[in-house]
Amino acid sequence: MDVAKIGVRLAAGVGVAWGAATLTFLAVQITPGDPAYAIVGGPEANPSPEVIAQVRAEYGFDQPLLVQYVRYLGRLAVGDLGTSYRLQSPVTQVLGEQIGGTVQLAGVAALLAAVLAVVVAVFTARRGPVVRGGATSIELFLASSPSFWLGILLLSVFSYALHWLPSVGNADGRALVLPALTLALPIAAVLSQVLRSSLEEVLEQPFITTARARGLSDAAVRVRHGLRHSLIPLATMTGFVVGGLLGGTVIVESLFTRQGLGRTLLAAVNAKDMPVVLGVVLLSAVVYVVVNLVVDLLYPVLDPRLKTVTATEARETVTANEGTETTETEEVSA
Amino acid sequence: MSLVSIENLTVSFGGHEAVSDVSFTIDRGEGVAIVGESGSGKSVTARTLIGLTGDGACVAARRATFDGIDLTRLRERQWRGIRGSRIGFVMQDALVSLDPIRPVGREIDEALRVSTALGRAERDRRVIELLGRVGVPHPELRARQLPSQLSGGLRQRALIASAIAGDPELLIADEPTTALDVTVQAQILDLLDDLKNDGRALLVISHDLAVVSRVAERLLVVRQGRVVEAGDTRAVFAAPQHEYTRALLAAIPAEHARGTRLVPGAGSGWEPTLVGAVGAAPVPWASSGSVDGAATHVGEVGEVVARAEGVSKDFVGPDGVSRTVVDDVSFEVRAGETLGIVGESGSGKTTTGRIVVGLEAPTRGSVWIVGRRDDGEPVQHDWATASRADRRALRRDVQIIYQDPLSSFDPRYTVGRVLAEALTVSGRATRSTGVRVRSIELLEQVGLGAEHLARRPLTLSGGQRQRVAIARALATEPRLILLDEPVSALDVSVQAQVLDLLADVQGATGVAYLFISHDLGVISHVSDRVLVLKDGRVVEQGDIDDVFARPQHAYTQQLLAAIPRIEPAGASAGASAGAPAR
Repeated sequence: MDVAKIGVRLAAGVGVAWGAATLTFLAVQITPGDPAYAIVGGPEANPSPEVIAQVRAEYGFDQPLLVQYVRYLGRLAVGDLGTSYRLQSPVTQVLGEQIGGTVQLAGVAALLAAVLAVVVAVFTARRGPVVRGGATSIELFLASSPSFWLGILLLSVFSYALHWLPSVGNADGRALVLPALTLALPIAAVLSQVLRSSLEEVLEQPFITTARARGLSDAAVRVRHGLRHSLIPLATMTGFVVGGLLGGTVIVESLFTRQGLGRTLLAAVNAKDMPVVLGVVLLSAVVYVVVNLVVDLLYPVLDPRLKTVTATEARETVTANEGTETTETEEVSA
Repeated sequence: MSLVSIENLTVSFGGHEAVSDVSFTIDRGEGVAIVGESGSGKSVTARTLIGLTGDGACVAARRATFDGIDLTRLRERQWRGIRGSRIGFVMQDALVSLDPIRPVGREIDEALRVSTALGRAERDRRVIELLGRVGVPHPELRARQLPSQLSGGLRQRALIASAIAGDPELLIADEPTTALDVTVQAQILDLLDDLKNDGRALLVISHDLAVVSRVAERLLVVRQGRVVEAGDTRAVFAAPQHEYTRALLAAIPAEHARGTRLVPGAGSGWEPTLVGAVGAAPVPWASSGSVDGAATHVGEVGEVVARAEGVSKDFVGPDGVSRTVVDDVSFEVRAGETLGIVGESGSGKTTTGRIVVGLEAPTRGSVWIVGRRDDGEPVQHDWATASRADRRALRRDVQIIYQDPLSSFDPRYTVGRVLAEALTVSGRATRSTGVRVRSIELLEQVGLGAEHLARRPLTLSGGQRQRVAIARALATEPRLILLDEPVSALDVSVQAQVLDLLADVQGATGVAYLFISHDLGVISHVSDRVLVLKDGRVVEQGDIDDVFARPQHAYTQQLLAAIPRIEPAGASAGASAGAPAR
C-alpha cells in the first residue's frame, strides 16, 4: 500500500470519527432530560429555575442546535472534549486516568484469545469426530455464553471456591487473569471457529498435497502452509473483535470492580454526564479506525499477491517475460 | 528387479472400489503411462505409490514394492523418508499445486530442506540450479516470484523443479500438461522425456493418448478401476486389442476430418458409454482424409448473423499501464457456419467472444448483430448504440455456453427450472404447460429426456451438464451461440459425444457458432472457418482447410506443429516432423 492509499484510508477514518461524533451529538439531543440538571447535580438537587437558566446560558444550551453542533465540532477539532459535568474536570484528563486499566485488560484478552484460537484450531482441524466435535461444542458453549454469566462462573470457581485468584481490583497481574479470561474466552471461541474452517479449506487444497508429497510432516504442513493462509481471514475478524473487546470491558470492569473506561462509561451514562460519554464513544471510534487501518496495511504482508506492483518491478517482470517468450519461441521453432 | 512392482492393487473408498486388481512394474529409466478418463482410478493408483491415497481409503495389494521396500507396511514416518527424496510427485495444474502466497523458490527450498542436509547458502544455490535445469529463464528473478506471477508453462516447470529437488529415482506426473497451451505442452513433454533419460523412472498419468505416446514406452489403459489393456505403447496404438482403447483412439478430434462423427456407429442420439464402439475398425493415424463415418455437417451457410468491425479492447492493469488485449479484430459469422477462434491463453479469444455477445464494450470498433424482430423482420443493431429494448431482444438471439456449465447454473435450480427460466424470460414459451412441453423437446434434442427435468446440476455428469447448457442456449432460439472452450473440461469420449451433438444441432437449426478453443484438434474438427489470434491480433484467418493445410503465418505453423499427435513411429520426442526439435 503506498502513501496515497494510506492517506485515503486516514481521510476515511476521520470521516468515520466525524460520523460517530455527529451521531452521539444527535443521540444526546433526543435523550429525554435537560443536561443542565445533570450539571447541577441531578433532579434531586432541586435547583431553582434561575440556576438552571444560568447554567443553560453558560453551556450554550440556549443556542440553536446548529450553533451548538458547530461549536462542539470546533472544540473536538482542537482536542477539547469538554468538561465532565459530574467530576468537573476535563474529559481528556478523566479518560487519561482510566485508559491504562482498559488497555491492559483488552490487550491481554486479545493476546490470550489469539493464542488460544490458533492453538486450538491448528490441533483440531481435520481431526476425528471426537476431537473436532468436542472442540466445536466447547466453542459453541463459550461463544454463546453471556460474559457476565461466564465471569460469575469463573469467579465462583477460581476465586470463591478455590481461592486461587482475587475477585476484584486492579492490584496486580493475578487480578487481571479472571477478567481477561472472561473477555477472551468468547472471542477465542469465535476466532477458533473461523480459523479452523479456513484452515480446513486450505488443507483440502492441491498445494497441500504437493507439500505432503515432498515429505513434509503433518505438523509442518499445518503450521507452515495452512496457518499462513488462515491468518488472512483472522486479520479481517480482528476488526470485529476490537469492537467486541471495547463493549465487553463495560461488563467485565463492572463485574470485577476494575478501574477503566468501561466502568467510567457506565457511570457517565447513569449520571447523564454527556461529555464523558461522547469522549469514550469518540475514543472507541478512533481505536476502531486505527486497528482496521493497521489490518489493511497487514494484508499485503500476509498475502503477497495483494502487493501492488511498483513501476520498477513491473518493468523487470515485463522484460523477463519478453525474455521467456523469446526463449520458448526459439525452442519451438528451432 | 523392477524399481516399482505392483501386483493386484485394490483401493476402495467406503466399499466402492476405485481401483481393482491393477498390476504393473516400472524399471529404472523407463516411462510408463496410465491412461484413462476421469473416475477411472488412474490418479488414485499414482497417489497410492506415495501413501497419499486420501482419507478413508482402504488399500490392499498382493505385492507393492518400491526398490524392495514393502509399501503396504510403511508407517507415516517411513513414508516421509520416501516422499520427495525417492519418489517425486508432480500434480496437475501448477497454479493450485504450488502455494499461492509463497515465492516458487521457497517451495523448491522446502523440498531441499526436507530431503537433503544442505545448508542455507547451498540450498539457495541449488534452487537456482534446479530452476535452470527445468528450463526456467532468469532463475534468480523467477525464484522470488509468486506462482501467479509466472506463466502456466513456467509454473509447471517450477513444480517439476520442486519434485526433482530431492533427486528422486521415480518421478510421477499426474496430468502434467492438461492446463497448458499446446506449444508449452510440447516443451513440458520434452522436459519430462529429458528427465527420464537421466536414468529416472517416469510414471505419467493422463487422459490424453497423444501426450502419452510422447513419453511412455509402456502403457496401461484403465477403465472403471480395471486395466483393460497394457503393453508396449507403439504396439497398443498400432493394434489396440480392447474395444475401449479403440474407442478412445477414435474419439480424438484432431485425428478426424471435419464432418465426420467421433462416436462411430452412433446415430443422432447419444451413447451413454463407449460400448457403442464395438467393432469399429482401428482408425488410421493420418490426420487428414480419414472419413470413417457418415458426413453429418450440413454445409448450408446463410446470411450474416454477426459482424465485428475493427474491434479493440484496452485494459488498464494494476500498475496503471494500459494493455491492448484485442487489437483491430474484424470478422463475420454466417448462419449455419462455425467460426473457430484459436490462440494460446492471453491471446484475447475470450475477450473477443465477450465483446461479440455484448458482455463487454469494445474500446474501439463495433459489433453488429443481425437479429429478428418479433414479427420476423431482420434487424441489425450495434451493441453500443442499440436501445435498451433492442438490446434485450438481441440477448435472445445470442447465447453462450461456457467451459464449466456447473458454475453457470444456479445449484438450487432443477434442470426444469433452468430451462423454464430461459423459455419464459425470452418469451419463447409462456403458459406453464407450454414451458414443460418445450423443455422436454429441448432435452430430447440434446439427447436427454423428461426424467432429467427434476435433477439438479450437481447430480448430473459433466457431459450431461454440458447438454443441459446447450438445451438452455437453444431455449431462446438463438441465431448465434458463443461456445467458450465448451469441451475442454470433458473426457475425450464425452467430448466426442458433445461435439457430435453440436454438429447435429447446427444441422437441424442453422444456428451459427463462434467456437473458442485452445485445442486445435477440436477447432479443426468443428470449424468451417478459423481465426488465429496472437496477442489480440488476427494473424491469420480463412477457410479451415486452407489455414490448417497451408498455414501462412509462422505462429499458426508453430501451433500446428506443436499439436501432440499419436506417432506411428513410436514414442521418441522429436521423431515426427510435427514435434519440436531440441
